[in-house]
Amino acid sequence: MNRRAAPDGAPAPAIRRDLQIIADMIEPGSRVLDIGCGDGALLYHLVNFKEVDARGIELSQAGVNSCVSRGLSVIQGDADKDLADYPPGAFDYAVLSQTLQATRAPRELLGQLLRIATRVVVSFTNFGQLGIRWRLVWEGRMPVIGGAAERWYDTENIHLCTIRDFQELCQDLDVVAERAVSLDLSGRARAIARIGPFANLRSRQGIFLLRREHAPAP
Amino acid sequence: MQAEIPGNHVRLATEEPLRLDCGVELGPVTVAYRTYGTLNPERSNAILVCHALTGDQFVAETHPVTGKPGWWDLLVGPGKVLDTERYFVICSNVLGGCMGTAGPTSPDPATGEPYGLDFPVITVSDMVNLQALLLDRLGIEQLFCVIGGSMGGMQVLEWAVRYPERVFAAVPIAAAARHSSQNIAFNEVGRQAIMADPDWCHGDYLRQGSVPTRGLAVARMAAHITYLSDSALHRKFGRRLQGRDALSFGFDADFQVESYLRHQGSSFVERFDANSYLYITRAMDYFDIASEHDGVLARAFAGTSVRFCLFSFTSDWLFPTNESREVVRALNAVAANVSFVEVETDKGHDAFLLDEPEFATTLRGFLDGAGQHRGLAAP
Repeated sequence: MNRRAAPDGAPAPAIRRDLQIIADMIEPGSRVLDIGCGDGALLYHLVNFKEVDARGIELSQAGVNSCVSRGLSVIQGDADKDLADYPPGAFDYAVLSQTLQATRAPRELLGQLLRIATRVVVSFTNFGQLGIRWRLVWEGRMPVIGGAAERWYDTENIHLCTIRDFQELCQDLDVVAERAVSLDLSGRARAIARIGPFANLRSRQGIFLLRREHAPAP
Repeated sequence: MQAEIPGNHVRLATEEPLRLDCGVELGPVTVAYRTYGTLNPERSNAILVCHALTGDQFVAETHPVTGKPGWWDLLVGPGKVLDTERYFVICSNVLGGCMGTAGPTSPDPATGEPYGLDFPVITVSDMVNLQALLLDRLGIEQLFCVIGGSMGGMQVLEWAVRYPERVFAAVPIAAAARHSSQNIAFNEVGRQAIMADPDWCHGDYLRQGSVPTRGLAVARMAAHITYLSDSALHRKFGRRLQGRDALSFGFDADFQVESYLRHQGSSFVERFDANSYLYITRAMDYFDIASEHDGVLARAFAGTSVRFCLFSFTSDWLFPTNESREVVRALNAVAANVSFVEVETDKGHDAFLLDEPEFATTLRGFLDGAGQHRGLAAP
């Protein structure tokens, strides 16, 4: 009674490729917090097609209002500041989709996520990808990822990393990647381990499912 | 005064009295209320609307005293956000009120005369406990939603804390988990204005045959300013003069804003009782949810299964956004299901009563989402 079934068992409508990969990492019926949930596309999918108890935090008020008017549970908040309010282990999954690079303190943020959720899904643009290296080496210009209108001085993306950088941070944080998926330049999803030494060159995005190596002391 | 109020009246707490926070036992207690729409066979579609300080049960119909549309006519009705073709909407006059529910104007059974200041001091939780008795009488075990703005929002929070199992969704609007020092101060100004009026007769005016209209009007004028905002007042009135081309060099209402406030004051006294104003403002002052939970607001919500949606308005300086955010933080601390929307507007605290499309759209979305989770048929 308290759950919505997929209407007539119809297949879920398509969502963005990277969001679909994230959705596939999440067990049905689990508790999920999506940090930087934007217009709620992922949340909406999780609530309606995976019966997830989903919440969101979004910085922009317009995004929040659009989520709430779609019936999603979303609050206005700042990923860098507001996660401290949540109790430990409050969620099965915390999702940070295309948000890491816009936060002020990504390392502390990851620590918070691993505190409040058993598993953490992080997706980010890989700044080690060929096109971006090319632009810097041959054109001598800073890479930007927000489209043609975005300039280095007005981008929200202030902490850029490559897949190799991220893997190193995971090691530092004593975090295990249960899954590490690459979305390559042609939009194909593959396990990073199977791509070989050039994964960092060939991945447009990295999508990681993380958990702590050692469970936190009770 | 009471017998003239149309609508539903019911006598509650007839067998067991209502035990008030102040220790007094009250009973039987008359409650005046209105309902709109139809209760479904599962009894799962009831929405309790909690009214604000000077509101009443006439939410979505012509007011019997003023002849004006109901105070939430914009949102409550067939096809509206609180769709009465889908939901069963209930609103009762609060305890201490003057529109038919027991209050200082009702007769004291001991004397047959109006209570006046012999009416016990009441609290927001007393109001909510009485509403719970009304729901018992109406045969409603669990509300689909409890919603209200300002003092109505305080009642919503109190409902969620006191009767979490009886609330599926809660929508506190432009509210706070406690009354701020500044708001207590404003209320005190209003009460002092009433008590300074010689016609108040130390609260005994009903028996003395007078009405403290000047004091109550001043209280309303002062309070009304706090419901608006600097920019809304400026937009509406500026420094424009009222019915004249030049300053009068006297103390008539030279400015439109003065004339407007005087009108607000004088029309208010037609429909509201001065002692009720004292009692209800006091109930707001005493409101502080955390105080009953070792000063930790989050503890009040521990383990709650209620779906919350809070609203605040950017230009509200009576119940500013920060107050709502404090409640959100407390709800996050217990990982409660919460949405929070801040609406951009210059209309101040009163925005929840006015045409605010973004507020209406998001509220409708929240109710639809909650309705789906509750298994209510789509409209």
